[in-house]
Amino acid sequence: MNSKVTNRIALSVIFLCAAAMAAILLSMLGYILVKGVTSISWHFLTTSASPFLAGGGIKDQLWNSFYVLVITMLLTVPIGVCGGIYLAEYAKPGRLTSFIRTCVEVLASLPSIVVGMFGMLIFVNYFGLKYSVLSGALALTVFNLPVIVRVTEDGFRALSRHQKEGGLALGLTRWHTIKTILLPAAFPSILTGVILSAGRVFGESAALLFTAGLSSPDLDFNNWNPAAPNSPLNIFRSAETLSVHIWAVNTGGIMPDVQTIANGSAAVLVISVLIFNLIARMLGKVIDQKFSGK
Amino acid sequence: MKVGSLNDAAPASEGKSKLINEKSFFGRFTDRASESRGKVIIYSSALLMIVAVVAITLFLTIQGLRSFVVDHLNFWTFITGTEWYPDRTKNPTFGAFPFIFGSLAVTFLAALIATPIAIGTAVFMAEIAKKWGTKVMQPVIEILVGIPSVVYGLIGLSIVVPFLRQHFGGTGFNLIAGAFVVGIMILPTVASIAADSLRAVPDSLRQASFAIGGTKWQTIWRVVIPAAGSSLLTAIILGMSRAFGEALAVQMVIGNARDLPKSILDPSATLTTIITLSMGHTTTGSLLNDALWSLGLILLLISYVFIVIIRFLGKRGESR
Repeated sequence: MNSKVTNRIALSVIFLCAAAMAAILLSMLGYILVKGVTSISWHFLTTSASPFLAGGGIKDQLWNSFYVLVITMLLTVPIGVCGGIYLAEYAKPGRLTSFIRTCVEVLASLPSIVVGMFGMLIFVNYFGLKYSVLSGALALTVFNLPVIVRVTEDGFRALSRHQKEGGLALGLTRWHTIKTILLPAAFPSILTGVILSAGRVFGESAALLFTAGLSSPDLDFNNWNPAAPNSPLNIFRSAETLSVHIWAVNTGGIMPDVQTIANGSAAVLVISVLIFNLIARMLGKVIDQKFSGK
Repeated sequence: MKVGSLNDAAPASEGKSKLINEKSFFGRFTDRASESRGKVIIYSSALLMIVAVVAITLFLTIQGLRSFVVDHLNFWTFITGTEWYPDRTKNPTFGAFPFIFGSLAVTFLAALIATPIAIGTAVFMAEIAKKWGTKVMQPVIEILVGIPSVVYGLIGLSIVVPFLRQHFGGTGFNLIAGAFVVGIMILPTVASIAADSLRAVPDSLRQASFAIGGTKWQTIWRVVIPAAGSSLLTAIILGMSRAFGEALAVQMVIGNARDLPKSILDPSATLTTIITLSMGHTTTGSLLNDALWSLGLILLLISYVFIVIIRFLGKRGESR
């Protein structure tokens, strides 16, 4: 075969691959949004789930998803940022550093169900936290830490050397330089990464199955006392999140409108993730403009 | 404490300079302590990573070995046995081979489905249409990566399974449905890493190929892809490790049969799906519970194998 003909054919095949990829995304998003948005209504978002009857909503699950996300971020961000600072600023090349790097890599590539099993073993059973918001958030912390560490390390490495040298030349100590000069400068890129990782945490399900549980008490949204068993703020109650709910109604749901609930929840989930994505993207753009001075 | 206060200090020239006498004796003391306090916070966060990995490995290993050490199951019959009937009152059997096989089958089939499209997309993005690639395909891929895995499972349940049922008979819940859903799921991961590795190939190689009259395709096939070699492989294996660890999306479509599948159109189960399904119903310390933890241990070990392969490929890529 003529090499020119081969060239044509091969390039069109490659083009087809890319088109297939784009088509998959469009059809998936289209399917979820078209099917799902019709089942989203104010009623759907503000009623609690009903175990047997049609017409149940996702109020509690939606709240739980956000609440677990917030608690996870409260735990992950400080630890993850400090870990990233270690790798970017303090780590000396050597055995310990490469071991810590390996550990971050291992944490990042462990299947989330393994993290969930670990969470069940340690937080749920050993620490006796039962199926709870806190157990779920702790498991997700293990799952999310490596992402934040990487984001922070990259953010710090992208900074100009002069900023650090300027701080040190003024006689500031190392920690003071990091705290007052480098961290604020790296903050925007870290924030972008954190928001992106929030989307990942928001959709996570396997790690929550055995840690946050498959049920949620009937939440009383007038009772904001964190110690009350049915308060939305209680971190020791079980909390089924939205993504777990999608799985649960599909595998064991006996209500007649399983399809509607699943499609609606999936649409809410995807829209939330898209919003996280958009915010991160816009933030990135704004920051880029600010720094490049356009 | 802000750096900005240095600027404020300049106009206040009367009296002592703020730069030096900004803090009281006690303030200076805490500042000196803050240096070591910062160090402690940073180092303990870093150590926490090690603690997490060691704890996961250690506790899952101890718990996973219980069924062999405490309940005296035979390790060899556990991983090679094909009969998983833990709930039989008389002579329960624990043969995990169908699940190990199912996991590996789903992983390899998913890689088989995903690799051509993913690599094709990567080549498109990095070699053919660079502008389009970064403007359109990159966001597409980033959004796909962000879609939660249960959503992939749900789509499999409402599109792939009915499709298979109509065209191939049976229930539609089978091995290939699981592989297909996971294959689609790992597509964007593989594509974006592969594109990065193609972009890392130096332009001089391409120019040399064009200079001796190579067509675009000849350049891609004979020069760029071999040059990207091991990092392309890393992309595929990373995708496989994700496919291997996926639980809920697979569980929703694979059919959850405990027998060894005879063809790809048979319902089947994987390590992750059997754990997902049974773990919640068992009591801690029971024989079935211990056996499930052993499955978890196998899952962990195979994940480590993937990690080691990826690291090995990464090292080789670096040293070249």
